[in-house]
Amino acid sequence: MNNPLDSLPATVILGLALTLALYLVARYAIGT
Amino acid sequence: MDAVAALSRWFHFMAGIMWVGLLYYFNFVQMAALKTAAADGSAAAINRHVAPRALAWFRWASVATWLTGAALLGSNFAAAFTLQRGHVVIGIGAWLGTVMLINVWALLWPAQKRALGLVEATEVQKSAARRRAFIVSRLNLALSFPLLFFMAAAGHTATFF
Repeated sequence: MNNPLDSLPATVILGLALTLALYLVARYAIGT
Repeated sequence: MDAVAALSRWFHFMAGIMWVGLLYYFNFVQMAALKTAAADGSAAAINRHVAPRALAWFRWASVATWLTGAALLGSNFAAAFTLQRGHVVIGIGAWLGTVMLINVWALLWPAQKRALGLVEATEVQKSAARRRAFIVSRLNLALSFPLLFFMAAAGHTATFF
């Protein structure tokens, strides 16, 4: 399996996905 | 104390732009440029004259960003890092920045010193160091997206949360 960090576009997508995931976690933690 | 917070915010922005700006330079410009430069034999010039300077500013900008961020948090420092109520958003941003700072000094810089020949290393060690530096740099690129989101969102919690 390829490492997504080898690809610049895949790294950007990973960063955006990580942002969304952490955003949802934060919303859950805050309780909104 | 307001002046300390205001100045810390200003310097935090400037240092952060230099840190993340150079991170984006490495990932969006230099890595691709080195590939084509290697083909015409000019990669050594980038590695000798550009990379060490860019890396030095990058490393110390990471420290300046963290320190000015800590000063900006002030008495909220512990509340942010322990994700207390009302400090979750900036706390996540602070943790992301801290992980990225640790990545720079504990993983990236030792690997780059080997890769650039600043310390003794065999060709095998240099090759492994180049790979490690590349992956850690890409990891920090990915982490910078939520980092900047949470830093910005901390001032706009009513909109985002």
